[in-house]
Amino acid sequence: MSDAVDIRLTVNGQAREGRCEPRKLLVDFLREELGLTGTHIGCEHGICGACTIFYNGEAARSCLMFAVQADGAELVTVEGLANGEELHPMQQAFHEHHALQCGFCTPGMLIAALDYLKINPDPSEDEIREGISAVLCRCTGYVNIVKAVKAAAVVMRAAAPHTNPLSASGEREEPA
Amino acid sequence: MKPAKFDYYRPATIDEAVAILERYQGEARVLAGGQSLVPMMNFRLATPAAIVDLNRIPGLSDIEAADGFVRFGAMTRQRQLEFAPLVTDKLPLLREALRWVGHLPTRTRGTIGGSIANADPAAEIPMVFQALGGEVVVRGPRGERRVMAPDLFTGPLTTSLASDEIITDVRFAAVPPGAAFAIEEFARRKGDFAIAAIAAVLVRDGERCTVARLATAGIGPVPVRLREAEVILEERGLGEPAIAAAAERAAELVEPMSDHNASADYRRHLTGVLTRRAVLKAIKDGNHV
Amino acid sequence: MAERHIGRSLLRREDRRLLTGRGQFIADLELPRMLHAAFVRSPVAHARIRSVDLSAAAAVPGVALALSGDELVKLLPPLPDTQLSLPNKWTSHVEHEFHNPQQPGLAHDKVRHVGEAVAVIVAESRYAAEDATGLVSLDLDPLPAVVSAEAALAPDAPLVHDHLRTNLFGRFSIAKGDVGPAMAAAPHRLQRRFYHHRYAAMPIECRGVAALYDARTDAITIWSSTQVVHWVRREVAAILGMPEARVRCLALDVGGGFGVKGHVYPEDLVIPFLARRLGRPVRWIEDRHEHLQSAAHSRDQLHEVEVGFDNDGRILALRDNFILDCGAWNPIGGGVPYNTAAHMTGPYRIDNLAVSAHTAATNKVPNTAYRGAGRPEAVFVMERIVDLVAGQLGFEPAEVRRRNMIGAEEMPYRAGILYRDGEPIVYDGGDYPAALRQALEAIGGVEAFRQRQREAREGGRHLGLGIGCYVEGTGVGPFEGATVRIEPSGKVYVSSGACSQGQGMETIFAQVVADAWRVAPEDVVIALADTAAITAGSGTFASRSTVTLSAAIHHASERLREKAFAIAGNLLECAPADLELRDGGVGVVGVPGDTVSLSRLAHAARPGWDHGRPPGVDAGLKETHYWEPPTVTWSYAVHAAIVEVDPEIGRVTIDKYAVAHDCGVVVNPLLVEGQIAGGTTQGIGGALLEELPYDSEGQLLAGSLADYLVPTASDVPDMAMAHQHTPSPLNPLGVKGVGEGGAVAPPAAIANAICDALSPFGVEFNATPVKPEQIVTAVRAARK
Repeated sequence: MSDAVDIRLTVNGQAREGRCEPRKLLVDFLREELGLTGTHIGCEHGICGACTIFYNGEAARSCLMFAVQADGAELVTVEGLANGEELHPMQQAFHEHHALQCGFCTPGMLIAALDYLKINPDPSEDEIREGISAVLCRCTGYVNIVKAVKAAAVVMRAAAPHTNPLSASGEREEPA
Repeated sequence: MKPAKFDYYRPATIDEAVAILERYQGEARVLAGGQSLVPMMNFRLATPAAIVDLNRIPGLSDIEAADGFVRFGAMTRQRQLEFAPLVTDKLPLLREALRWVGHLPTRTRGTIGGSIANADPAAEIPMVFQALGGEVVVRGPRGERRVMAPDLFTGPLTTSLASDEIITDVRFAAVPPGAAFAIEEFARRKGDFAIAAIAAVLVRDGERCTVARLATAGIGPVPVRLREAEVILEERGLGEPAIAAAAERAAELVEPMSDHNASADYRRHLTGVLTRRAVLKAIKDGNHV
Repeated sequence: MAERHIGRSLLRREDRRLLTGRGQFIADLELPRMLHAAFVRSPVAHARIRSVDLSAAAAVPGVALALSGDELVKLLPPLPDTQLSLPNKWTSHVEHEFHNPQQPGLAHDKVRHVGEAVAVIVAESRYAAEDATGLVSLDLDPLPAVVSAEAALAPDAPLVHDHLRTNLFGRFSIAKGDVGPAMAAAPHRLQRRFYHHRYAAMPIECRGVAALYDARTDAITIWSSTQVVHWVRREVAAILGMPEARVRCLALDVGGGFGVKGHVYPEDLVIPFLARRLGRPVRWIEDRHEHLQSAAHSRDQLHEVEVGFDNDGRILALRDNFILDCGAWNPIGGGVPYNTAAHMTGPYRIDNLAVSAHTAATNKVPNTAYRGAGRPEAVFVMERIVDLVAGQLGFEPAEVRRRNMIGAEEMPYRAGILYRDGEPIVYDGGDYPAALRQALEAIGGVEAFRQRQREAREGGRHLGLGIGCYVEGTGVGPFEGATVRIEPSGKVYVSSGACSQGQGMETIFAQVVADAWRVAPEDVVIALADTAAITAGSGTFASRSTVTLSAAIHHASERLREKAFAIAGNLLECAPADLELRDGGVGVVGVPGDTVSLSRLAHAARPGWDHGRPPGVDAGLKETHYWEPPTVTWSYAVHAAIVEVDPEIGRVTIDKYAVAHDCGVVVNPLLVEGQIAGGTTQGIGGALLEELPYDSEGQLLAGSLADYLVPTASDVPDMAMAHQHTPSPLNPLGVKGVGEGGAVAPPAAIANAICDALSPFGVEFNATPVKPEQIVTAVRAARK
């Protein structure tokens, strides 16, 4: 029963599969079995948020899930945010506002920020700070991340005023 | 760290899950949201021989209101609760508490049944459960039983559940119509576990307070109702002297813990301060149904 | 058209890969047939190792090797005793003694701190390696633990290193003027103890090392999440008995360093050793629990201070005796405590000074440099003293600062003591009083604040204003190198031993090179952190890379330009003196069409037949320069904080925060502000949240990020920043370092602000972190 199990899931819109022990953490499965090393490990106890991904459209800490739990799920990782070479507005905003330095927390920060905008698309600065408290950054002091999220929120509202660019399934939806 | 090996089960029904737990005789753990269990497993502080994953059992995350109670399937995600109209309408105290529970990504996975079964002394959901009263419905090998809020929490991270019992439903008594409520919490950072928190629910009738509920988190080994402090408000009203007296009594009633976060003395002090503030906030903000 | 790039807020070229999940950090490195290491670490603080039983561990399926310290000590020499050397100019002038032990790769005789590695397991996966570590049986004979620096130096203290016969790792003293008589003659004196506690860099990426041994060439490649690739290469080559040319060390993308990755660790040696022994690549990725108990801690200094001052608040004499709790080993030697001594007087004119320091061995994690590296401790002491002096005399703290500050007209100012490079400290320019003025303006002004404070007090609320000022020696030697090469493609390629952990070096040095060669930044390639790309390097720490690498680039470029002009002159048939750099090539001054591209020059420079070099000019278009700074160049800043304290529960909220700083000529303003914001946030964490406490048995009480409280976005305010630009006279570009500064002042500024907020209660906070319970306790006591 602790033998390897097969897992089939959708990641970044693509059908993927792998095989691993039940104890294998989802973040390790993504990084090792699927080769998606963009999601990082900072603590393995669910506090730093670097491992945050979209699980069925909602942000979740992938170090606190076993890969087997993701069987049949739809995941979006940092590798799935851009549209080919075109950066997602949140990524673009992070770039323009110097919201990253070493980049290690950035994948988790992007996803946590996007998730927060899903439930609060027009947040104040204080609300943004509260929303991104889910992820620890040691480099930036958060000042520029707040600016970037505010700017991205404006762009995202303008692009799709009544929907979110990421659907509930986590897939990218083009505005109608 | 990486977790130790375990046998993994993904049952389709609660009865299957219970049977597996019974078979493992205390060496199996249920997996609900995983936000408390998996860190312990990653530290190898918890090394269960088997994990019984409840996440695929259908019908465990519905929400309904009836007879002055709101019933949640135990696997209802905290994030669902946050945005459920029924919660906003009937259990606004719970919605308020959820603002303090971790962060949005942890609420994506964390469940209401899991939080209550985990019985962390510093958790907010058990505090609300105590404040409002209610019960859990528990399924085990010997059938189903109900456990009322005051009988559930027996110690830090300990409930009166047997190792082969699973919470299937959590019923909260609805916030009485017209009640005012507030939560005052002190934590080192936003989203951290409470060092001390007080939930207050007040039903007023003019100057009088007909119903007062005061419950704690973070202070003692279990969340408690501060009944004697509640009585002071119910008998003496909501003026400054009564509130001060209730706060003082609250500080006397608790059995605060001492740890590297805070001493018992400080927690006792916070109990008094936060009780007064919670009551005043409930009166002033007038949050009510 | 000569567009200048220095001074522009260019967006970073590093960003794209980091934003799209295509960065490559050490944990992302996959090598064929790679094995995974896990260390067995001591659960106790101090014990004799009787035996380490690896038999059950070695039998776990997937385990390739299990090795204990007593086996390793026969095969591998220990780390050298001090990695950061002090030059002769220092050692021959400063009164000191040092006794530093050499740390073995794995503990073999004793364990000396919780978390010290005693054995290593190598297996097919980290999961399997951890299964095996759980089966290792340690037979330890517990010894009494030394858990305080003061106790460590008491006569009957248990010895951490028996052969040293002392727990004193080192001591030194410095003096200027004559403290004794000056103190005695001072109209006022005050004495205090100050404690700046133990906390740490805590980057989001922990450490990691991977190594690959190539049997064909008897060479080894090491990847390490390190700030000092050349140090690692030097030590591994020495310890494995291999020529340096056969040992290559690289750092990939590094997820934050801040000093904790700024020296060679035992793991940097053990992993390459294992790779060579096993003939398969080996990788070790540290997890957070390990990191807390084995990656270096910092700060942890206890100061006994006496200050003499006059009726105007002028400080006449300062005496400071301090002890640094160094933990069980001392890789950085005297570097950090000497920084404390050298920076003690800060921006102030203090003519009589005596500082003596003792570094003590204890049974804790070793203590090395973390952002600020000894300066936050000095600033905490000095800035609290200034506020206490102001309080005693009834003056505004800002006014006492003004009276003591060295003025712009006194620059350059000889401070009267040596820097750790052995050179006399000379503050080389700047206007400290102006920075103070700017910071206070940015925070809304002192008078306006005092009015606000009065009104708030009447309403039962407690606001406080606190200031922290510092100066910082930046760009320290011994050297940094740059190799500048013109590629056949026409791109300018620069390599250096500087290493990046997020500072944006690929961008800022592209700006520097673009200006030097009149090319677009996109036509510059910056290759850092690889010992194969340049023979010698120092690395990135101590706010030094912008200063030292830009100067090295400048000088290498000057020499290379001469050669390029010689070749261009040959091709264009004119004198080199008639040439200039323009538009990605070299052209004749005043003749727009007469240009030869850098690409063509590179081709012309090649050896062999039909090259384009004039006689006497050797082949190649590459120049290496190792720049040795004359001494450090002095940045400075003033931090001002307004806090609100809730004395009933002890909560501290930062209402406003302002920084006025000067780091000379700024290469990229956007990135400089990012450094300041990040450093300030770390400093706020050190002031209020972060701590690494030990119990009386030497157990570390912070086991996870649930205990070690890194500031979140909700814990830090927005920051107002004001800038001055006093160019440095000590390097060609006029730049100064800024990497550490932000973290230096906040503990002082915030502690001062809290004391100011609670001044009606007369409470003092002279230790950090300032925690809610302490505030409540102090206020309750004062109320009685």
